[in-house]
Amino acid sequence: MPQKRVVLKNCEVIDPKRIDSHLESGGFKALSKARGEMTPEQITNEVKASGLRGRGGAGFPCGIKWDGARTAPGANKYVICNADEGEVGTFKDRYILEKDPFTLIEGILIAGQAIGAKQGYIYLRAEYHYLLDHLQSAIDQAKQKGFLNGFSLEIREGVGAYICGEESALMDSIEGKRGEARYRPPFPTTSGLWGQPTIINNVETLMNIPPIILNGADWFSQMGTERSKGTKVFSVSGDVARPGVYEIVLGSPLRELVEELAMAKDVKMVQIGGATGRILPYDKLDTPLAFEAVLGAGAVTVYNESRDVIDIVHRTMEFLAEESCGKCTPCRQGTEVMAEVLDKFHKGEGSLKELQNLEALSSAMMLSSLCGLGQAAPNAVMDSLQYFRNDYESRVAK
Amino acid sequence: MAGKGVITPQKDRSDLIVRLQEAQQRYGYVPEEVIRALADSLNIPVHEVYGVASFYSFLSTRPLGRNVIRVCKSLPCYLKSAEMIMEAVQKELGIGLGETTPDGRFTFQLTNCIGLCDHAPAMLINQDTHVDLTPEKIKQILKSYQ
Ligand SMILES: Cc1cc2nc3c(=O)[nH]c(=O)nc-3n(C[C@H](O)[C@H](O)[C@H](O)COP(=O)(O)O)c2cc1C
Ligand code: FES
Repeated sequence: MPQKRVVLKNCEVIDPKRIDSHLESGGFKALSKARGEMTPEQITNEVKASGLRGRGGAGFPCGIKWDGARTAPGANKYVICNADEGEVGTFKDRYILEKDPFTLIEGILIAGQAIGAKQGYIYLRAEYHYLLDHLQSAIDQAKQKGFLNGFSLEIREGVGAYICGEESALMDSIEGKRGEARYRPPFPTTSGLWGQPTIINNVETLMNIPPIILNGADWFSQMGTERSKGTKVFSVSGDVARPGVYEIVLGSPLRELVEELAMAKDVKMVQIGGATGRILPYDKLDTPLAFEAVLGAGAVTVYNESRDVIDIVHRTMEFLAEESCGKCTPCRQGTEVMAEVLDKFHKGEGSLKELQNLEALSSAMMLSSLCGLGQAAPNAVMDSLQYFRNDYESRVAK
Repeated sequence: MAGKGVITPQKDRSDLIVRLQEAQQRYGYVPEEVIRALADSLNIPVHEVYGVASFYSFLSTRPLGRNVIRVCKSLPCYLKSAEMIMEAVQKELGIGLGETTPDGRFTFQLTNCIGLCDHAPAMLINQDTHVDLTPEKIKQILKSYQ
């Protein structure tokens, strides 16, 4: 199947510096429809019916989240667009921000309309500072044209912390604190930013909103699988001939993305979803890309036959140990210990006992960590143990 | 009643990171005097301001060079020989990881994925991106930073 452009429809088509170019291609029609012809409830119902799920990694149903915030009591509600894009191997949000900031702004404004928010933030990672003026100019142009209509949309810059992509840490960061995960409940939809009802959505999730409002939930839900509707934008990198951003219908096999679009050869394994994602060996390349199977935020890193599995898993764990916020013990200590043990295996100094410890520690971390970082940190270890156990056993010290 | 009294200090507090970012931008790091002054003016304990300043990798409580080099070390860049880029930078500047050149011109750091993996290996110098790097390109790139 070829690429299907829903989210990226305007990318490389419009001039992302000029709102007029966007308006000529039908921009902001969905916003007019949402404001002029629909009640907030009708908007959230449409989003619910579309089956759209969050594109930031966790896949939470978008309409249910919005409905939670819409019906929650609170005078100052907030919409936050998560443009922190810190997952290793992800760069699709960067591409979207560069090529089509206007549709994103439209999506944010529709979200505000749906939940009754008057204020929104775009949390832009520090590493994307070079996009700040570009994005600000897009907001200013939308404001000049009267699309903001009293809604205040502000960009907040991140300060270089992966964990701040996690929604509760992100809100702490906007509040001027260390970015540490919060205990839940309460959930952001009832008590988020400054304790007010808040929705937080990934860039790509919000990009899906204008086309859903314009074309209807039925149109959208025709694409994809039972529990994964629409398309997904993937960031493909690593051992491929054509790294880049690709949008395909959900449920398409991984093989299509890796071998046909990105033209990878001699694939040994693929990491899907970055450091917290899953690892699949070559013979699982027909796995569908969907929430039912593997997906995450759509980072696809390809490794060829020359790569050492343990080296890769070790580097993945080092990243997580470094980026753990340190608030809860299972994640802070677990990632450190795992990185140490993996280093031993990497050097050929592992032991069978430690292999068992890795497995026990994995289950403990998955169960007891405070946020998604610690819960998903063992993924690469568990998957590599399942598919590449020999690589570990051959590194046991003799 | 609740309105003003509660909301205003929270919003002030929210400015903390913005103010720290400004200091970082102006001085190249967050000096102790700034931390104390912010704690004072925002009515937050000094250790808490310090806790925030030390949490984030784009804030530094120690002086850095005029230009900060951050070479990406994450997997997609690693696969594209990022280590050769790190070596080239070190050789060119004669400093090790985390160090600053004696003339204060450069600090050399590593960073995690900066979202340019489709153009790996990549690095940031200050806020500029440099992509599709080769060891040969490094000398030329560094020349343009004074
Ligand atoms: C460690 C960690 C890092 C995350 N980083 C990001 C990120 O960079 N961007 C993002 O959109 N979501 C990220 N998330 C997911 C967010 O917590 C949240 O689920 C998401 O922003 C919700 O938006 P969505 O429902 O539209 O996906 C991260 C989660 C975890 C646990
Ligand atoms: S891994 Fe270096 S930019 Fe993503």
